[in-house]
Amino acid sequence: MPALGPGALDALMPMHLALDAHGAIMASGRALRRLAGEAAAPGCDVFDGFRVVRPEGVEDAGALLAHAGRPLVMRTIVAGREVTLRGHLVADAAGRGLLNLALAVSDLPDLGGADLTAQDFAPTDPTVDMLYLLEAKELAFAETRRLIGRLQGAKSRAEAEALTDALTGLANRRALEMRLAGVVREGRAFALCHVDLDYFKAVNDTLGHAAGDAVLRAAARRLGEIVRTSDTVARTGGDEFVLLFPGLVEIARLREIAGRVVAELERPVAFGGRECRISASIGISLSTAYERPDPDRMIADADAALYASKVAGRARHTFHGGAG
Amino acid sequence: MNGIAARAIERFVCDTYGEAAWHDVVRRARLHVSSFELLLTYPENTTARLVATSTAVLGRQVHDLMEDLGTYLVTHDNMAAVRRLLRYGGADFESFLDSLDDLPDRTRLAFPELVLPRLRTRPRGAGAFDVECGEATPLMVHVLAGAIRAMADDYGALAVLDVDAPARRIAVSVPALRHSAGRDFHLGGATR
Repeated sequence: MPALGPGALDALMPMHLALDAHGAIMASGRALRRLAGEAAAPGCDVFDGFRVVRPEGVEDAGALLAHAGRPLVMRTIVAGREVTLRGHLVADAAGRGLLNLALAVSDLPDLGGADLTAQDFAPTDPTVDMLYLLEAKELAFAETRRLIGRLQGAKSRAEAEALTDALTGLANRRALEMRLAGVVREGRAFALCHVDLDYFKAVNDTLGHAAGDAVLRAAARRLGEIVRTSDTVARTGGDEFVLLFPGLVEIARLREIAGRVVAELERPVAFGGRECRISASIGISLSTAYERPDPDRMIADADAALYASKVAGRARHTFHGGAG
Repeated sequence: MNGIAARAIERFVCDTYGEAAWHDVVRRARLHVSSFELLLTYPENTTARLVATSTAVLGRQVHDLMEDLGTYLVTHDNMAAVRRLLRYGGADFESFLDSLDDLPDRTRLAFPELVLPRLRTRPRGAGAFDVECGEATPLMVHVLAGAIRAMADDYGALAVLDVDAPARRIAVSVPALRHSAGRDFHLGGATR
């Protein structure tokens, strides 16, 4: 064995306590003195400044000695707060012992006030690497949280865009299908109103696509003003719209709404100093006409009723099955 | 994962020259991205285009701009975490230089996909060192030089650097290890 002086213990184990057989501190490592202050000062009783929390019942020098060689969990006060230390005691035949300690990993992030420096730890002690890792991990998490936040924002925007008709801002066919499925699932009665613009092609052909777009936007705005907030207005094709009325199957009320739709859409739209005039043909289907309402079939039936309106001279509405 | 370079340039330009300058840079670089993510991978020429447009927009020499970027990463308040992680390298500036060898491995512990170029510090005697960065690009050598200079200040050391970018070598001489007080650093201080 090399003949090492007392400084060697301090260098090898900066967090040690040398105890006499009565538990009095004979010497202590520099890091532990820095951390625990007076509690680790030579001459003090180890139990004045340190408390054994595991195993239970180790409250005097005799009990501590009896646990020599076994793992110990201890607590002491560092910078005004209690921190956990792990360690073990090695004792000689006379009952004097060396208690070597290390900071518990769980307490490391809380040691900011403890004034620790790299010199407080032996080069073999991974505590400094652990502290480095904790801070690096914090940085990595901050960047991860930022990335997740940005992706979440992008996802909501993409979803909103995927359900919206870009020209009019109305719901698109996919959004309509989702809401229809919802209403059917809830078992609520509802009406589907298929609206096709009359003479729209003429506006497009004579005044151009910009005029056509202006007419579509005006039509969308007016349809939106006629319906309730719980209803859905969707643009499902070039000049086709579908209105979904959950909870509304009253024929008289629907006739009145259909009448207002035709009247509102017949109001001319001003564009580039010209007036664009269109009208609307409407087909309506009611969920109450079916034993089991099927959205696809109801859309097809509303479409057939719409066709009947066109054949009958346009600017009117027809109920599927001839109701009303 | 080359997002780290793009993100570093983004933060540097924003914090030093302002958001407007940064938007100018990304617009002129035609990258169709306005903000970069550390954890993502971007097309290979992204960093080169950002550097080229940054020097044009800011009217700076590329070497000076890269050294300023290195300094920024260590000194700016928004980059305090980077400075702290580098300070874990050692108790004084010489041990910090020595610890550069460990930097790629340590970085990988936190960011497994982040590959930094190998660095090697060779003592040349009498407080002189050669930092060799064989795998780094010449631009990265300048960033590193800026960071090393700033770390010398941080430790309170007086250091003189001679950057030989084509040879991927930075000669560091340290006439005074404790020239000034330097900045405070306590272990575990940031996560409290």
